[in-house]
This record gives sequence, structure tokens and C-alpha cells, in this order.
Amino acid sequence: MSGVRVLVGTRKGAFILTADATRRRWDISGPHFAGWEIYHLKGSPADPDRLYASQTSGWFGQVIQRSCDGGKTWEAPGGGVTQEPGQMPQGESNKFAYDVSPESGKPLTTHQWYDGTQHPWEFKRVWHLEPSFTDPDAVYAGVEDAALFRTSDGGTTWQELAGLRGHGTGPKWQPGAGGMCLHTILIDPSNSRRLYIAISAAGAFRSDDGGDTWRPINRGLHSQYIPESTAEVGHCVHRLALHPSRPNVLFMQKHWDVMRSDDGGDSWREVSGNLPSDFGFVIDVHAHEPETIYVVPIKSDAEHYPPEGKLRVYRSRSGGNEWEALSKGLPQRDCYVNVLRDAMCVDTLEPCGVYFGTTGGQVYASADGGDSWTPIVRDLPAVLSVEVQALP
Amino acid sequence: MIRVVLPPHLRTLARVADEVTLDVPAAVPLTRAAVLDALEARYPMLRGTIRDHVTAQRRPFLRFFACARDLTHEPADAVLPGAVASGEEPLLIVGAIAGG
Repeated sequence: MSGVRVLVGTRKGAFILTADATRRRWDISGPHFAGWEIYHLKGSPADPDRLYASQTSGWFGQVIQRSCDGGKTWEAPGGGVTQEPGQMPQGESNKFAYDVSPESGKPLTTHQWYDGTQHPWEFKRVWHLEPSFTDPDAVYAGVEDAALFRTSDGGTTWQELAGLRGHGTGPKWQPGAGGMCLHTILIDPSNSRRLYIAISAAGAFRSDDGGDTWRPINRGLHSQYIPESTAEVGHCVHRLALHPSRPNVLFMQKHWDVMRSDDGGDSWREVSGNLPSDFGFVIDVHAHEPETIYVVPIKSDAEHYPPEGKLRVYRSRSGGNEWEALSKGLPQRDCYVNVLRDAMCVDTLEPCGVYFGTTGGQVYASADGGDSWTPIVRDLPAVLSVEVQALP
Repeated sequence: MIRVVLPPHLRTLARVADEVTLDVPAAVPLTRAAVLDALEARYPMLRGTIRDHVTAQRRPFLRFFACARDLTHEPADAVLPGAVASGEEPLLIVGAIAGG
């Protein structure tokens, strides 16, 4: 590997940080899309120079951006300036229309609103982009209000996989404080027909047929903030993670509780163990050790900052239950930032690199599996997402 | 020739530095819907950013001004002022004061 590229989405633009394989010196480019909220950027595993970004604004809505040169230049796919009106591109790369067609779609059902009434689905933004392992033009998008879309033409057009929204439990889904978002998409590396997604606040779901049909996988979850604590849906799952070598083993950071499944989500058990708080947003798995996992405990659902003002990553080398605090290089006093659900990632170098970004604008990196940390940039806008690519 | 002034973020998205000029079909009278149709045909990346892709409704935090008047709440098919139709005055698309 020649180096790494870290893709950072923030409240006011995107930033791209690059380093060689030592991961000691970093070059920073940006802001890209200055002034816009960048919920997520991610590169294609099939072509590292192909990047996708979700660019959103309360004023102007959703824009999808694509780069074919590793983030040096960007374009809205299919949306170039038209000189010949008769040959105009469709300009639909930001069109996320729920599928209500009688042939392939489902009726545009309602979901539960904050006041308990039913509310129609309304597209707001793309939270997460998950490119295919094999095709640079194929990408899944998780959106708010919760639904799953897919492009097979590099983001020029998007189609809803309506079997998720319409499979039957939708009227029981409800928005969390951040909106009703589909924020996690995991593709089974050994079987691209198997997909996992997670929604706040509905729970986790699995498809075994490439996204056509879905079922909830929330057995074993307990949530005190819903009337029936073990209900089939309604759980506020914050993040899922898996290791490519063992795709049936899933890890979950829930609103409260860190959970584990050894059967592809059919059942879950709590592995919060000795964490100082089992509330949090991020969770990830070491690139080379499938039983080594990372979380960043947050004090509570009402106090979104680290316990005791100490920013600590917790690592378990046993797949949960036994956790150790990792604090070397992280602020250990007066720290009141949050780490949002898409803002942690790992690289595949040796030793494994771990990265996370904060709402205070810092991105921290560890080039030794979490033993020590360094801020690789300190003063960005609030960080929404962090992804890393190992460059060939 | 119709003149349209975009807010800074949409100028960046459309890759234009200043106000844009549009040829709007000669159908009269000139309406806001006709101007936006022409704008989106010329700059397809702006589709969905000023009015919703599906409903064609104005995005809530956008305003339309012309000739020192707020035309935001006029129907999309209402006739625009003659000075806009003649190109003497631009149609201003403005981001509302909201958020940060």
C-alpha cells in the first residue's frame, strides 16, 4: 500500500486528507462544496479514485457529487451545463423519488410521527452511500425518510428498493431526534445478495435476495424508550459493523447497549460489559482481528459528550464484554464533543489504522490499532462522517 | 432574453460567475414556472434545488424577488412583471435568512 486517503464530511464542506503508509504527515485539501452539509463521502472498493459524496442543504436540498480522480475534481452525474437543449442530460442524480408504481413499488405508506400520528414519507437527504465491492457505478444510498436506493449508472439515476419501506412494519417506524434515517448499509463480502441496513428509529433489517425482500432482525434488543421494550421494530440502532472474514458476526451500537450477533442478526446479546457508558454512536471492527472492536462511549442520551470530560475510545479484544480505555493522545479533561455514527473507520494497513472525527472539528488517527492517537486535523467544522481508503 | 440571479451556492453548483441569461420560449405571458423550466433545461444540475423534483413546489427557504417586490407567494403561473420579461430587471432567487 502506498498510503491512505481519509474522506471527511462536515457541516460546512468536505475535506480530504492524505498520507503515506507511515500515516505521520498529512496533506489536507478542502473545503470541497464549501458551506454545504456533507453527510457522507465514500470511495469505491473496485476503483479507489471513484468517490461519491452526499451534499445537502436546508435551502437547496440534495445533490450527489461524483469524482473519478480521487477527489481532485467533482461533477453532479448527468447534470452538466446543457448547450444543446435537444440532448440535455436528465439532471436526475439528486432525484430520490419513492417508488409508488404498481408494478415494482409499494403504496407510499405512512410512518409514526413525533406526536404519535401517522405521517407520509418525505425525502429529505442522503445519509450514507455504500458503493459495491465490484462495480464502481453501483452504489446504495440510505436516505431520510428511511428508505434504500440504488444506482447502477454511477449516480446518474437512483431507484428505490421499495421492498424495505413497504414490507409491512413501516407504520411503526418513527424518527429519532436526528430524523428517520437509514444510516447503515453493510454488504456481505462473501455474498453480495445479503444486505444489512439499520434505521433510527426502527432497527436492523436483513435482505437475502439483493434488497428485494426484507425482514427485521431485532430479536434480543431491549429498548426502554418504546412501549414494548422487545418489540419487533422501533429500536434506535445507531450503527452496525462486521468483519469481512466473518460476515455472520455483527456488532451494534444501539441508542443504549452494545450488542453482538453470531447468526447474521437472527438474535442479539448484550456485550456492553465494563464500559463506563453503553450509550454511543460509532462502532467498528479491527481490519485484521475480527474479535477486536472499538466504540466511543458517550455519557447519555441527554448529554452527548464523553463521560467525565475525557475522550476515550474503548477497545475489546474479545468481541465485547471486556473493554479497555484507549486515551493516549486524546484530551483527558474538559472535552465535551460528540462522535457521530458515521464518523469512525479503520484502514487495512499493517498495523491497522483507526480514525474518528468529532463535533468539535477534530479528526483523530491511530496508526497502531488504537494504542495511541494524534489529531490529524484540529479545527474543521463539526464532523459528520469519516471514511478511509488504503491506496494501492 | 431573461435575466436570473442565483444565490451563491447555486452559482457554484451551476458553475456560473454572475447572473445567467435565458432564452425563454416566446409564449406569453412570461411566468415563474416558464423561467424555472428554462433555467433547469440549461442547467440540469439545478433540478431539485429550487423546486422539489416530484412536487415542483418551491423549497421552503427560497424566495423570488423582482422589481423590488416579493413574488415568493405568487402562483408559479402568475405573470411576471414586464421589466423581467423585457430583460430590464432580473428575477432574483434568494436564500432566506435562516440557520447558519
